[in-house]
Amino acid sequence: MSHDINITIPTKDKMLNLGEFSLKRPGNIITAIILVVGFILTVIRFTQGIGSITNLDDNAPWGMWIGFDLLCGVCLAAGGYFTTVACYVLKVPNIHSAVRPAITTAFLGYLFVVFALLYDLGHPLRLPYMFFFPGTTSVLFEVGLCVATYLTVLFIEFSIAPIEWLSQKWAFLKAWRKPLIRVGILLTIMGMCLSTLHQSSLGALYLIAPNKLHPLWYSPFMPMFFFVSSMAAGSSMVIFEGMFAHKGVHQYMDHLHLQEANEVVFKFAKAASMILFSYFMLKTIDMFVQANLHYLWSGYGMWWLVEMIFFVLTPALIYAKGSREKNVTLCRIGSVNAVAGIVLNRFNVSMIAYNWQLPTAERYFPSIWEVCISIFVVTLIVTVYRFIVYHMPVLYEHPEFREEHH
Amino acid sequence: MNRRKFLTVMGSAGVASALGAATTDADAASHTYPYYEDSYGVLHDTTRCIGCRRCEKACQQVNNLPMPEKPFEDLSVTATRRRTSAYAWTVVNKYKVGDVEIFRKLQCLHCNDPACASACFAKCFQKMPDGTVHYEGSQCVGCRYCMVACPFYVPGFQYDEAWDPLVQKCTFCQPRTQKGQLPGCVEACPMDALTFGKRKDLIAIAKKRIAENPDKYVNYIYGEHDAGGTAWLTLSGVKPDKLGMDTHLGNSPMGELTYGALGAVPMIIGFWPVVFGGVYGVSKAKDAYYKREKEKAAKAAMEAALKKVEETQGADAAAKVREALAQAQEHGCSCKHGEDA
Repeated sequence: MSHDINITIPTKDKMLNLGEFSLKRPGNIITAIILVVGFILTVIRFTQGIGSITNLDDNAPWGMWIGFDLLCGVCLAAGGYFTTVACYVLKVPNIHSAVRPAITTAFLGYLFVVFALLYDLGHPLRLPYMFFFPGTTSVLFEVGLCVATYLTVLFIEFSIAPIEWLSQKWAFLKAWRKPLIRVGILLTIMGMCLSTLHQSSLGALYLIAPNKLHPLWYSPFMPMFFFVSSMAAGSSMVIFEGMFAHKGVHQYMDHLHLQEANEVVFKFAKAASMILFSYFMLKTIDMFVQANLHYLWSGYGMWWLVEMIFFVLTPALIYAKGSREKNVTLCRIGSVNAVAGIVLNRFNVSMIAYNWQLPTAERYFPSIWEVCISIFVVTLIVTVYRFIVYHMPVLYEHPEFREEHH
Repeated sequence: MNRRKFLTVMGSAGVASALGAATTDADAASHTYPYYEDSYGVLHDTTRCIGCRRCEKACQQVNNLPMPEKPFEDLSVTATRRRTSAYAWTVVNKYKVGDVEIFRKLQCLHCNDPACASACFAKCFQKMPDGTVHYEGSQCVGCRYCMVACPFYVPGFQYDEAWDPLVQKCTFCQPRTQKGQLPGCVEACPMDALTFGKRKDLIAIAKKRIAENPDKYVNYIYGEHDAGGTAWLTLSGVKPDKLGMDTHLGNSPMGELTYGALGAVPMIIGFWPVVFGGVYGVSKAKDAYYKREKEKAAKAAMEAALKKVEETQGADAAAKVREALAQAQEHGCSCKHGEDA
């Protein structure tokens, strides 16, 4: 078997591999600019108040930072539970190399969801108050509790990679690795429960506002829609992120990862296709059951149809064709389409179809700075992801620990 | 569409139907808070309101809120569609119904079972026995979910405040009522359009007014049942929705819409581990079974081959082959990829 000698693996004498960040490449320069702008905006936000850089108002207390950073962030990090359950519980063969990248991105996703949330909270330092004064009747309490717990679970699942890296220098860490691997299945099932709960609860957040959300999006089954679409998001994100990883950090992928990569794409595309089809059915049936048919002939109805046809049905079909014909490019197009669809859906629920009855003048549109903060957060995730991939065995197996895989 | 019929969420039909049964008792339609029989409220009679904005001014004064740019004497302001905010806890808006101009005052309605209290994940809101929905800012995280939840678009947030931004809304002048004073707005009203009293008395008064003047009023006390009932009640001569009051909120507290989903939590925690634990156990047992069978078959084939060697080549040759096989097995690190767990 090929030992991938081209991968830069940190050693005891050279633990850091930061050279990639200082290369004069467009990616690095754009990253630097975004980080500087984001830092300045952060200072303004925390010294001048939320109103200083956002268009939020009393009618729209939740905007871009909740709609994108939180709702999309959590949903698009669903790859973690989706992949671990597929690999460890359902024992889908030949997708093992997808597990670590998925856990890594899920962990980062959740970590930065919490990070971004601090911008949106009036009193960010009081976030732990939910544990001191638990509002148990609140859906948000459930979300907070589950996200906090799941972030811990993801941290433990993820920690194996940094342990393998750091144990090169601090050998005592090696003792932690085995027990962590052993509890893997427990963590996987816990992660599944917690993800089911909070993914659905994000939809349940809006159950309390039937008069504010357009009937085509409001449904007592919103929790279910959010959960089912999070599965589609999870599988789509594995393909979507893989696409960028193959472009940006290809040199850190080992033989096995590359060998399994296409198979992973087809399997996840097939799964996503079925989930999206079922989601399409659920939403359509819900529309009929709730007697919302007459809304279709309105502006919002057209918009709902656009979402359902071009961002649910179309990616489902593209995925189906791509996985059947083993066409990686097609599957990747499907993933872009599906991810865009998830984002669109969350935008619709949280912003576009929210407050639909209010006059246009009282409606919310994000400010450029809110969008900048969201871009800043995404850039931070990518940067930390790069750091991890450059240092830790995520896209490759560490030669020292390879033998233990039996 | 009747949403309240659909508490069933994610198959938690049992929990939902239990909740549904509890809500049929209209008087006790309260899960978060008991219904306080002797709680206070205010009856706002829009047929008496002249839109003078003195209630707004009084509110600003007694609560030390900043005075607006345009003075309260400028009544043209009522023509613009205003809502309450962090710095204006009550507003009076003008509605044109046909040729008639009707004024309606808006402030926190102090619900019997408030959506804000149900939604708050840090327990900042509390329904007090005197009828007030009290907000405790010192434990507010500033998430603004109460503002999403409030069906009446009431709470406002101090977006301009960097260090201690809080949600703000009408306090029902609790500091004043506790001293035996009337709420600022009620005291200031020159037209007797606002009546302070026990909620049950106010409902009786409202019903009497409707009965005595059936042509003057529509037979709808807004807030008697809406969203589970509110402490502030509104009487009007036209249908409430003509005055911007949402009559489609249903008669149950808004928070109940989420209880089905919250009830599903123990279901999922009970259900998923069993299902996935089972699937894991089955797939693991299946793997072990196939591995065993495969090894058995391989061993049988090997034995057969060795026997053949022994028959045709003699015992020495068979022993050599055995040795070679044993060596190969030792070296043949099956470094193939396997499972972590």
